[in-house]
Amino acid sequence: MSREISVDYLARVEGEGALYLAIDGDKVTDLRFRIFEPPRFFEAFLRGRNYLEAPDITARICGICPVAYQTSSANAMEDWLGVELEPGVKQLRHLMYLGEWIESHCLHVYMLHAPDFLGYQSGIHMAKDHPEAVTRGLRLKAAGNRLMQLLGGREIHPVNFRVGGFYRAFEKAELAALTHELEWGREAAAETVDWVSGFPFPDIEIDYEFVALRHSDEYAIVEGRIVSSTGLDLAVSDWPAYFAEEHVEWSNALHARRIGGGSYQVGPMARYNLNFEQLHPAARAAAAIDDAHAAAQAHGVERHEGPGGRVVGHRHRGALRGPGLLGCRPVPGGRGAVAGGQRRCETISARCSVRSRVMRKFSRTYSRAFSPIAFARAGLFSRCRIRKAQPSTEFTV
Amino acid sequence: MAAKLAVWKFASCDGCQLSLLDCEEELLTVAAAVDFAYFPEASRAEDPGPYDLSLVEGSITTRHDAERIRKVREMSRYLVTIGACATSGGIQALRNGADIAEFISTVYASPQFIDTLASSTPISDHVKVDFQLRGCPINKYQLLEVIGAFLADRRPNISSHSVCVECKDRGTPCVMVADGIPCLGPITHAGCGAICPAYRRGCYGCFGPADTVNLPSLKNWWHRLGVSETDITRALRTFNVNAPEFAEGSAKRVP
Repeated sequence: MSREISVDYLARVEGEGALYLAIDGDKVTDLRFRIFEPPRFFEAFLRGRNYLEAPDITARICGICPVAYQTSSANAMEDWLGVELEPGVKQLRHLMYLGEWIESHCLHVYMLHAPDFLGYQSGIHMAKDHPEAVTRGLRLKAAGNRLMQLLGGREIHPVNFRVGGFYRAFEKAELAALTHELEWGREAAAETVDWVSGFPFPDIEIDYEFVALRHSDEYAIVEGRIVSSTGLDLAVSDWPAYFAEEHVEWSNALHARRIGGGSYQVGPMARYNLNFEQLHPAARAAAAIDDAHAAAQAHGVERHEGPGGRVVGHRHRGALRGPGLLGCRPVPGGRGAVAGGQRRCETISARCSVRSRVMRKFSRTYSRAFSPIAFARAGLFSRCRIRKAQPSTEFTV
Repeated sequence: MAAKLAVWKFASCDGCQLSLLDCEEELLTVAAAVDFAYFPEASRAEDPGPYDLSLVEGSITTRHDAERIRKVREMSRYLVTIGACATSGGIQALRNGADIAEFISTVYASPQFIDTLASSTPISDHVKVDFQLRGCPINKYQLLEVIGAFLADRRPNISSHSVCVECKDRGTPCVMVADGIPCLGPITHAGCGAICPAYRRGCYGCFGPADTVNLPSLKNWWHRLGVSETDITRALRTFNVNAPEFAEGSAKRVP
C-alpha cells in the first residue's frame, strides 16, 4: 500500500521547512525536505566589506546560533591575517560559545522537542502538567543567555565579538558573579539527562557517518581538525576536497555530502561520539546514568535507586554486529584509536548496546548542524515533528 | 477569552521571534494572559484566526510572501512589525540596487531554481502597519511592552530618541568624544540600552535611524576622526540600509 505525507509548514523548528514523503509498504520511495526560507545572499553582499564587519554581518544568518557564525567568520579572518589568539581570549570565546549551546540546546530539548515526546502542542502547553520541568528548562536556558549577555553584550547578535579577540575585556568579578547560577545549571543539566532518558524512543537504527572537529587538548568547539567515524582526518582548509554542497530544485538550503559518499551527521551527536573521552567527567558520568536508565527500559530491568536517589545500573557490553552499524570504526592512527575502539565495541552492538540507544536519543534531542564545518542537513529530519498531513496548498497559513 | 497572538516569519534570521522565547522569566506569565494562537516556531497549535495581534518578523523578498502578508493583515486586528528586517528590509536589502541575477549565481549553482524579488522591502511597503518595533534584534523588554500595550489598546511607551540618551542614562562616557571611536549613536534609534559604547565600541546602527537625524553633522565628526566617506557609507549600509535616512546618506554604493 502506498501513501504520501505532505507537511506544508513544520512546527517547532528553527527556520522554515516543509516535508514530503512517499511511502510504499514499509519503504520510503521519495523524501523531500524543502527549506523554502527565502534566500538572503550573505555570500554575495559580504564581498567588499571590511574584514572587521564580517562577524557582525554573519551573525545575522541565524538569531538562534549567532556565535557559531561569528566564530566561523572570525576564524576565517584570523586565519587569513595569521593571528593567533592568546589562550585567555580563546577560553573566553569558548565560554561565549558554550553560553549559546546552553541557551540553544535548552530551547531544543525543553521547548521544541519534549512536547513531541510528551504529547503537547508546545512547551507552554506542557507547563500546565510539567511545571517543574519547564521552569527548570527555562532557567537553564536563561543561564546560558546570561553568559552571552555578559560576554557578548546581548544574547542575540552579540556585539563584543571582534576579529582578533573582543572589544571589551572582563573583570574577574563579573565572571565570578555567574558561578552560582552555573553551578545550579550543572545539577539541572544532570536532571535534564535523567528526565529525557525516560522518554519513549522508537526502536530504529540509522547508519550515520559522524563528522566533527577534533582537537588534541580539548573537546573541540571552535577549532581543530575535521574527523569522521569512517576515518577521515583532515585540516579544515581541506574541507572542499572531501565535501560538496549540492543545489536541489526543491530547497533553498544546499545539501552537503561527502564526495563519493553519502550524507553525514554533524552537531552534538557527532561530537559526542567522536570525542566522548574528552568530555568533562561529569558529562561522562551523566551518560553512564543515562545508559543504565535506557538499559533498564530496553530490557525491562527494574530501576535501582542508588545513593542520593540516582539510578544506578551496570553497563551492557555487546558484541560487534555487522560492519559499522553506526558507521563507527576506530580512527586509524588517530587519537582514541585504542580507547575509541574499546568504546565502539559498546557502541556498535545494536540490540544491547545501551550507548547506541543513548546516541540515538541524542540524535533526537540535539541535532543542530555545527556551522563552522558545514551546514549539513543530515539530522534535521529528526527534529521535525510531523503535524497532521494536509493537502498541499499554495498558501500555508 | 484570552487575546489571540500570532507570530509570522518572512525573510529573517529568527532572532526577533526568539526574543519572545528568551523572556524566560516572563514567558509563562505572558502565556497566561494571551493565547499563542499561531506561533509555529514554538507551537503546533493552529488557530485559523482572526487574531488580535500579529507580530511580523522578516522582510518581503518573494512574490509569494507579498501575497501572504496581505492575508496576514486581513486576519489581524493589529499588526506590529518586529525588528530591522520587517521594519526596513534588513541586511538582505543590500541586494537592492545590485544586480540580483549576479547575486543569485554567486550563491546558487542552479539559479533557475531560485524564486526571489530583486529587492527586499519592509512590511509597511505592502500593508498598513500599526506599530514598528526597531532593532536587530529587538529588545525583549520592549517587545513585552508592545504586547501589553496593544492588548490594553494603548500606544506602546517606546522612546524614539537617539542612543546618546541611553549612554547618558547608564553613565557611559562618550566613546567618540573620550576615545575618538566613530559611533553611529547620535543618529541611531534608542532601544538597545546603548550596549556597544558600554563594550568600548561605537554604535553600529542596528536599531535604524532615530526620529530626527542630523547626518551631515555626524559625517563631519567622523571626518574629523579620520574616517573616509567610503567607510561612512559602508557603516550606514548594514542592517537598516533601506531605512530612508540611512539610504540617503549612503547613496553611493560601496562595492
